[in-house]
Amino acid sequence: MTVATDTPMVEAKMVSKSFGSNEVLKSISLRVDRGQVMCVIGPSGSGKSTFLRCINHLERIDAGRLYVDGELMGYREKGDKLYELKPAEANRQRRDIGMVFQHFNLFGHMTALENVMEAPIRVKGATKKDAAARGRELLARVGLANQAGHYPAQLSGGQQQRVAIARALAMDPKLMLFDEPTSALDPELVGEVLDVMRELAESGMTMVVVTHEMGFAREVGDAVVFMDGGVVVESGDPHEVLTNPQHQRTKAFLSKVL
Amino acid sequence: MSDTQRPEGADAAASTPSVDTAAVHTERAETIRAVRLRHPWRNTVAVVLILLVLLFVLDAAQREAFQWDIVGKYIFDTRVTQAAFITLALTVLAMLFGIILGLILAVMRLSPNPVLKWIAWAFLWVFRGTPVYVQLVFWGLVTLIYKTVYVGIPFVHTWAEFTITWTPPLFMLAVIGLALNESAYMAEIVRAGLLSVDPGQEEACTALGMSWGQTMGRVVVPQAMRVIIPPTGNEVISMLKTTSLVVAIPYSMDLFGRTSDISATIFAPIPLLIVASIWYLFFTSVLMAGQYFVEKRFARGSDRSRPAVGGVVVGAEGVAGVGIDVGGKG
Repeated sequence: MTVATDTPMVEAKMVSKSFGSNEVLKSISLRVDRGQVMCVIGPSGSGKSTFLRCINHLERIDAGRLYVDGELMGYREKGDKLYELKPAEANRQRRDIGMVFQHFNLFGHMTALENVMEAPIRVKGATKKDAAARGRELLARVGLANQAGHYPAQLSGGQQQRVAIARALAMDPKLMLFDEPTSALDPELVGEVLDVMRELAESGMTMVVVTHEMGFAREVGDAVVFMDGGVVVESGDPHEVLTNPQHQRTKAFLSKVL
Repeated sequence: MSDTQRPEGADAAASTPSVDTAAVHTERAETIRAVRLRHPWRNTVAVVLILLVLLFVLDAAQREAFQWDIVGKYIFDTRVTQAAFITLALTVLAMLFGIILGLILAVMRLSPNPVLKWIAWAFLWVFRGTPVYVQLVFWGLVTLIYKTVYVGIPFVHTWAEFTITWTPPLFMLAVIGLALNESAYMAEIVRAGLLSVDPGQEEACTALGMSWGQTMGRVVVPQAMRVIIPPTGNEVISMLKTTSLVVAIPYSMDLFGRTSDISATIFAPIPLLIVASIWYLFFTSVLMAGQYFVEKRFARGSDRSRPAVGGVVVGAEGVAGVGIDVGGKG
């Protein structure tokens, strides 16, 4: 099956998600096109991180459909019935989607290079030599060529997050998800991570970025989505939404963060 | 007073910072040469204790009851060295099976399946809740408890009936008894280790498309080892000593059983207790040294509480760099 190039990279149709009786996503519908950078902003508890985790099926959705590159995530649809995918099938879907976490989640017992090499070797069956060459290349791309042999605990937060980005890129993803990648960083380290992300966006990567960095959203984002209380309140061109918000809730939020 | 002085001091510091830093680099205050504080009681207590220990050692060396000549005669006796080997074999085998079963029990306790969880919990409840000595007596009587085995539907129909005539060797019963008891403790140690690994690690693996087996084998278990290894080392040392309880089965080829038997024939219990103690001490000392090196091996990498790790590595690189420079010049 060939996928037409106009298939959106991410398409969410009426996606809902509850934790117990608490509905954190309420019928979210949105699409991210190929090569687009979508920034998701909003107060904490608005459901933006949960939505991001639904995209690669780290969280199971309760209602609606979520497609990545035309493929239904987490389920197989046959007739009018949905069948849950086996872990191996779900993993196959995830391997093309890179994810960067707020707390880096680097493997603490592996060096930076080993972190980047691990998934290509184990999941894609790459040889050690190829994985190492590609790993060094990616570490150089995020500006850490000299830190390849360092363990995560020996790196600053900004360096760790850049290793995490290289680790995700090592799987040659078609989509990158960023879950508040700079929120756990000291202020002076935020810039180096945003620079790497900006470079990545310029190279044509499709990205969904949950962030509190309004400057990044305005400069790099092709679209911005403002979420609050589990719904998309407002979305559109970053300059429009950030400088001229239409909704009261967006205005209230932006007045606090800008 | 101090209220008025403090802002003045702050002003002075704020207005002349450059002068202060310059002073630090050029001048140095005189090194303090004070009279050291004396600790007379500390020294007195130390001297008294040393004298007491010396007295005890001198007394022990001469005391008839210890019969040192018999200790010397039996320490390398073939029967004793064989028994020492059996104690070692019991320890190794019991720990091996104990760790394997403990690992299975720990995974069962963390499983989402409530039946597995409940069975593991019940196992731990029984084996941690009864003394190991009592358990070993039970294992010694196992052939009396299970004389016959029925195959069929309980209380309704029996298809076949087997009479068990085979008597398992006592050594095997000792290993089983020790291993099952140990597995209950190892299960808790392994469980604590697995739970100590940040759930974010597993999440990162999942996001990269790694399977559960890869996640456990490559990422979670290696990091759990740092928490699992130290108490496991203690368990090995403890197991070496617990093997002396196999007399409860009754199995008496181990170090303590064998030395007791010898002492019964030559009517000299005390020197043979010393022989056994010397061997136990030798083995535990070797194990303690081994534990130290294994712990060092698994502490590598992510220990946040010891930022010195980074300093050591940087320092080592620096030293290596200097070495190469010097060599080049030479």
